[in-house]
Amino acid sequence: MNISEKGFEAIKDLLYKMADDQLIIGHRNSEWTGLGPILEEDIAFSSMAQDKLGHAQALYDILSQMGEGDSDTIAFMRNAEQFHCCHLVEYPIGEYEFSLMRHFFFDNAELLRFEMLANSSFEPLTFLSRKIKGEIKYHTMHADVWITQLGSASEESKIKLQNALNETWSLALGIFEKGNFEDVLIAEGIFEGEDALKGRWLSTVSGILAKAGLRIPENNSVAPALGGRKGKHTNYLQPLLDEMTEVFRIDPAAEW
Amino acid sequence: MNTEVVRQALYEVSDPEIPTISIIDLGIVTNIEVSDLGTNVTLTPTFAGCPALRYMEVLVENKLKEKGFPNPKAKTSFEVQWNTSMITAEGLVALKKHGLAPPPPTTGNDYAELLKHMPCPHCNSTNTEMKSPFGPTLCRSIHYCKDCLQTFEAFKPVK
Repeated sequence: MNISEKGFEAIKDLLYKMADDQLIIGHRNSEWTGLGPILEEDIAFSSMAQDKLGHAQALYDILSQMGEGDSDTIAFMRNAEQFHCCHLVEYPIGEYEFSLMRHFFFDNAELLRFEMLANSSFEPLTFLSRKIKGEIKYHTMHADVWITQLGSASEESKIKLQNALNETWSLALGIFEKGNFEDVLIAEGIFEGEDALKGRWLSTVSGILAKAGLRIPENNSVAPALGGRKGKHTNYLQPLLDEMTEVFRIDPAAEW
Repeated sequence: MNTEVVRQALYEVSDPEIPTISIIDLGIVTNIEVSDLGTNVTLTPTFAGCPALRYMEVLVENKLKEKGFPNPKAKTSFEVQWNTSMITAEGLVALKKHGLAPPPPTTGNDYAELLKHMPCPHCNSTNTEMKSPFGPTLCRSIHYCKDCLQTFEAFKPVK
């Protein structure tokens, strides 16, 4: 299928939100390096952080090939209001159970998104998605096992996870906030759309949460945390960007 | 000069993290083009976030320069998606030689099952357990052998 001019604008919008999600959650995951509750979890979050940053870079590279400038500049030279990430990824790492629940919700959505995009009409994204979906399975496997095991371990672990779920739910629903070009993406076969993704995600995560003995809030009782896709962010994002880009901003031309 | 000569030369380039395996046996060289203008090699990453990617492009270009190929260029592309079945039989042996359990064949939906009892590269026992699907590099997982009591790493199956 040929992609229209409007289609390319829609693709850029989609790539920005995906890449920004990856970059910010990657940064947050990396904050567990040296702090994990056990060594294996320290390594797991650090390793996933590296994966996410690699995925972010590959997505920024596509944007770069579409004329959006150099990938490092895209990643490091924008302010919070120019980012399109969802609020879920911006929050500080918090207690381990918050980070675990966020990882569970985010990575399951991510896997399904890349699986859908593996059949996109936009080839560069198709090739990349076919690659990434094989890797993300390790992330969802990791999250799913911990959620299932801690959900059925002790009364304390169950309560902690349930509280984390209640705290995260509205943020997680914000993953599926539509951009301005949703209909173009669907019409041109680029992406099946956020509603389709959300439907599949709900069915996946509710199955695992049920197995873990955890309850998701009643239908429609929680409003999704929206705004991130349109540049409206929590107060946590700008300080994160300041920290992340501190060295780059001192000398953007430095050779590494 | 044909592509096979280039291919032979690239047997001398090893994975920077796993010196026992050549990039040819690792299966990451997906295309070689030779023309009067130069030699172009296409690489595909084992993992999309692999930090050694750019470095491997340089290794390839340097090797081809050293061998006297005109104007060598290496680039990375996702057009062909690498998976662990692209590792050659020699490559699997080379991984084991480095102390890594080689990846078993995968359907892509059986990672958890496959990792449960990876054969120990030291004593070949399958009386092993997975400690973490994540290891010191993106392509490795961590395991423990209950027979020879050693911790070992495996090269993760990927589809």
